[in-house]
Amino acid sequence: MSNASKQTDWKTPAAMAIPKEGYFTLEQGRYGPIYPRTPACHGFTIISKIKAGTESDIRAYGTTIEKAIEGSPDALAPLKLHYLRWVLFDIGPDKYFMYQGIFDTDFDKYTEDAIQLFKATGVTTVFEKLEGFPMDWRTNAPAFIKFVREHQCPSFLEYGEYPFVTAAEIKKALALKDAFSAMLDQMQ
Amino acid sequence: MLDLDDIQHFLLMRPRALAARYGFLSFRKPDDGRAWLAGIIDRVGRGRAEAAGDHTDARWVTVAFTLNGLRALGVDEASLATFPEEFRQGMAARAAMLGDTGANHPDHWVGGLASPDLHAIVILFARDVAERERSVHEHQKYAAQFPGVEVLSILDLEATPPLDYAHDHFGYRDRMSQPEIEGMGVTPTPGSGAPLKPGEFFLGYPDEGGNQPPLPQPEILSRNGSFLAYRRMEEHVGRFRDFLRQNGSTPEEQELVAAKLMGRWRSGAPLVLAPTRDDPELASDPQRNNNFDYGTMDPHGYAVPLGSHIRRMNPRDTAPNMNRRRMIRRGGTYGPPLPEGVPDDGVERGLAAFVGCASLIRQFEFAQNVWVNDPNFHELKNERDPFVGTHDGSYDMTIPKRPIRKKITGLPAFCTTKGGAYFFLPGIRALKFLAAGAKED
Repeated sequence: MSNASKQTDWKTPAAMAIPKEGYFTLEQGRYGPIYPRTPACHGFTIISKIKAGTESDIRAYGTTIEKAIEGSPDALAPLKLHYLRWVLFDIGPDKYFMYQGIFDTDFDKYTEDAIQLFKATGVTTVFEKLEGFPMDWRTNAPAFIKFVREHQCPSFLEYGEYPFVTAAEIKKALALKDAFSAMLDQMQ
Repeated sequence: MLDLDDIQHFLLMRPRALAARYGFLSFRKPDDGRAWLAGIIDRVGRGRAEAAGDHTDARWVTVAFTLNGLRALGVDEASLATFPEEFRQGMAARAAMLGDTGANHPDHWVGGLASPDLHAIVILFARDVAERERSVHEHQKYAAQFPGVEVLSILDLEATPPLDYAHDHFGYRDRMSQPEIEGMGVTPTPGSGAPLKPGEFFLGYPDEGGNQPPLPQPEILSRNGSFLAYRRMEEHVGRFRDFLRQNGSTPEEQELVAAKLMGRWRSGAPLVLAPTRDDPELASDPQRNNNFDYGTMDPHGYAVPLGSHIRRMNPRDTAPNMNRRRMIRRGGTYGPPLPEGVPDDGVERGLAAFVGCASLIRQFEFAQNVWVNDPNFHELKNERDPFVGTHDGSYDMTIPKRPIRKKITGLPAFCTTKGGAYFFLPGIRALKFLAAGAKED
């Protein structure tokens, strides 16, 4: 792995160029190659063509997820997410879906937990609208994982303004700041 | 309902055995292998006898196979292809992911365990050493008829004294936390969670995901079967005792360090319930000794460090999806005990244990890859399980403490993996199917 992948001071922004394969040296995880942690944490970008006529269903699902998180803000906590971005876009006459997630855990390690959560929150409802998605995914975890890995497009550049900082560390720092602010208020 | 007439007893109940022998076999001649198996099936322990509380037995026999063993007995390639990929590859092929590197690498494994010639294991648990020797002698006489069944190696196990409770060579009380299976009628001890769906351990039953996964084919071979991950771990007792002396100036301090590495005192008393001093009475009370959580009772690890062994192997309420990660452990200690105050004699001693589950990749491999060896588990950054993690002296152990935590750097390797293998533990009907040449009647 390049030196750039080594953890550096969070105050020094860092970029990392990544080989075409998505990793520097082949290291096998349980389900396949392990992708490196970059200054922009772990993450994946899954791109897949959607089944014809399902665009409005997929868009409507954005609202469903919004409401689910409102009702249960910790629903996705086990994924250790920073951000999710869902995008629909055209290539010629076809419509494609992009699922981009930035998180702190190695996806290979927590694959089954992610599937369980996708199931619980109904994210899989969107996956079922993707072409080639195994409809027997409920009982066939390996097929689900294979689909995700086959549709993952590794980054060739990632950048972090505050590299290698986890969401938990950010939340701890902000909580500390709040606590100090409260303490200073109390001392007025 | 569990088919107790068909499921082997091995994962269902734990008979009181003080001695054991594991025999690792290779079927040089398939016909001999099948004939040997046909004659031994009636000796194999079934779930029914154990569940009925039949305590007249003094020995319990279990038989399981590697993928190559199933192939050698005649299972065709189309059927083998329906078995999970990780079982097909075998434990040695997955060494890098499991952390079996350096001194733990399969190149250094003993007993022919990394060899493709390993086909089967026959496990004998016996009430005592005399009964083991009697059974071994009986089996040797029987097996002599089948020269095509080669014994690659054997391992004898004996409980480490004192025998009042099971413990390893380091002195830690074992068997404190085991999952119970729905339908077996056993009430879990407080803190152990509800009984789990049988599909977590046996193929062909609903699991905790609310599903009944498809069976490997043919069904007669896979139904009521389980997968076993076998690990032979040498325990470096001298090195462990030296470490305690280096990190504690009094016996009391040394005991506390030992407890912090494990998460329990060596007596078995959990640190969450006995954070400052040992409590042997608590340790031996099953109504209390497992009755704790981490999320509310010890969120920062002031009692049980986040990286300690029991907090990794069973994070309880602090990990999602826990009911899909549980495993059933079986096994025991081998090698002579090292008396206190005696320098290490270099003789191999350790634990030889099995993890039983329905999915090696989801249960055993997850635990090994993530809970045991991920340096960033619980955001610890540079730690691994102090006992079963892969160590080369470059990892740390953080012990949270007010006002300032204690950090032990350069943790030595207390254990070395000396061997391992993946086995399929078939039901009784499947054993008969295999003995008949893997052909259905």
